[in-house]
Amino acid sequence: MKLKLNKTVIGFSILSFLLITFIALTIGNMIIQQLILDPYALVETLLDDSVLKSIWISFSASFVSTLIAFILGTPLGYFLARKKFRGKGLIESLIDVPVIVPHTVAGIALITVFGYNGLIGAPLEELGIKFVDAFPGIVIAMLFISIPFYVNHVREGFESVDPKLENVARSLGENEWGAFRKVTLPLAYRDVLAGGIMSWARGISEFGAVILIAYYPMISPILIFERFRSFGLDSSRPIAVILILVSILVFVILRYLSRGWSIYAKD
Amino acid sequence: MLKIEGLSNDWGRFQLKNIDLEINEGEFLVILGPSGSGKTLLLETIAGFTIPDEGKIIRNKKDITKFSPEKRDLGFVYQDFALFPHLTVRENIAFGLEDKGSERVKKLASFLSIEDLLDENTITLSGGEKQRVTLARAIATKPNFMLFDEPLSSLDERIQEKMRREIKEMHKNMGLTSIYVTHDQSEAMYLADQIAIMMEGKIVQTGKPEDVFYEPKNEEIAKFVGIENIYSGNIKEKEDSLAKIDIGKKQIEAICGLEKGSNVRLMIRPEEVFIKKQKNPSSARNQFKGVIKEVIDEGSMLRLKIDCGFKLTSYITRKSFKEMELKSGEKIVANFKASSVHSVKE
Repeated sequence: MKLKLNKTVIGFSILSFLLITFIALTIGNMIIQQLILDPYALVETLLDDSVLKSIWISFSASFVSTLIAFILGTPLGYFLARKKFRGKGLIESLIDVPVIVPHTVAGIALITVFGYNGLIGAPLEELGIKFVDAFPGIVIAMLFISIPFYVNHVREGFESVDPKLENVARSLGENEWGAFRKVTLPLAYRDVLAGGIMSWARGISEFGAVILIAYYPMISPILIFERFRSFGLDSSRPIAVILILVSILVFVILRYLSRGWSIYAKD
Repeated sequence: MLKIEGLSNDWGRFQLKNIDLEINEGEFLVILGPSGSGKTLLLETIAGFTIPDEGKIIRNKKDITKFSPEKRDLGFVYQDFALFPHLTVRENIAFGLEDKGSERVKKLASFLSIEDLLDENTITLSGGEKQRVTLARAIATKPNFMLFDEPLSSLDERIQEKMRREIKEMHKNMGLTSIYVTHDQSEAMYLADQIAIMMEGKIVQTGKPEDVFYEPKNEEIAKFVGIENIYSGNIKEKEDSLAKIDIGKKQIEAICGLEKGSNVRLMIRPEEVFIKKQKNPSSARNQFKGVIKEVIDEGSMLRLKIDCGFKLTSYITRKSFKEMELKSGEKIVANFKASSVHSVKE
């Protein structure tokens, strides 16, 4: 297929180009500048334990938060896709709230619930589970921020599976769980996986909510922030470049893998 | 036996209103109705995919109204196949079986002549093949009842006729009890032991196909089942069962149980109206000279709109149309028997 050139196509192309350039330039410039000005700093950073540790904490905390989103968010996504019930609109709006609140606000809200004197934080503290300045705090902040991405993604996935398929599975002797496990979930697998990747990526990129509840152990964005504040651009940029490269790499690998898991031949 | 009593279900756009139905073991019941009449909702309610607002579904004296679908022991065949796209043909057929590698899969596949397709992906199949897989999958678990939701309407016409025969054969050979939903009159005529006409969420008439098609209870049903010739008249003479009925300027003879003087509505199925070139005294009682006003091509059949002092529609085969060298504007004689005229009191 050839793209036919006319005024609309040309106009749209220019506008699209501007936007693409904006993203590519911002990311690319930082990476290239680092490579030209100070390539050795990259190597040093890669050997810096605190950097590696922060990347590990970012990735693993976000992974745990995504796992929780999968376990708790998959049933909710399914309900929203399939069932009609009172208050459904309210729940749908509630799910989207984390997208619109400033993330510092989310952080404050989380502290009031999971902080030392918080509604849930206080009793759990007695059991030895700590959220403030602890790994669970990071997970909970990431979960709060990324849940809309996961739930909305899997809901769309379940919506795209024809309910008739579930009906047929039921008529062939499966109960609701069997129909979900054998038919709906495998068919929505791609969206569940994509939702998981989105949630994971969103978790890694979170800063505002996490810094309020858990400054330590340091996730990468906080480490970058701290280095920037204390030592300036030259010492924070290499970490930023490393984080962005690793994230892109993992993202590409996951995208590629999830493509392989695609169920429909039409894709 | 399956018995449905006073079933009502309100889904907004589709509704069931106080439906009573009965189907005996081994019977083929066709629910015939225009689209939007709630036929699919009725099947889905019977299958338990939705719980009715009111009424009962009783299977062999057991109330199964609130049973979940997997406990109802029935097979469901959808119009658009609803094959599991992530499974092969074999896995689709074996879905409801405990023993996935069982001989039954092969047996069913060979019965429906799809044994060569067992390891295929369902996406690559043709419409006819897909529907065969659907049938095999549904009967694999030996269900008590089969529910068909317009299973042939997404297939092209040629395959439709073939599949129709196969479904009928399958029903007989496997001793199935079937409820089959369609909007297609000829399909209903061919398949049904019993027909239930459904309109706007209600069952408006039930009976043997010939009863429903030749003796529709009212004009609306008549129109729907394809009786295009409907006239109002008055019985002028009555001798034994033979009535002479005035419709405007013309008089139609009909076998009729009504009394002289009654106002009646007459219905004549278009396929019962024969076309001749000339009048023939030994032919049907009703013979009217007329002119072909319009010829409508409907594939193997042609629909002729005739003016013989009143408007009359006739269905004739393409073959006889050619043999008689008919064309629009041609003068002909329209014939129909007195017994082909169905009358109801107005």
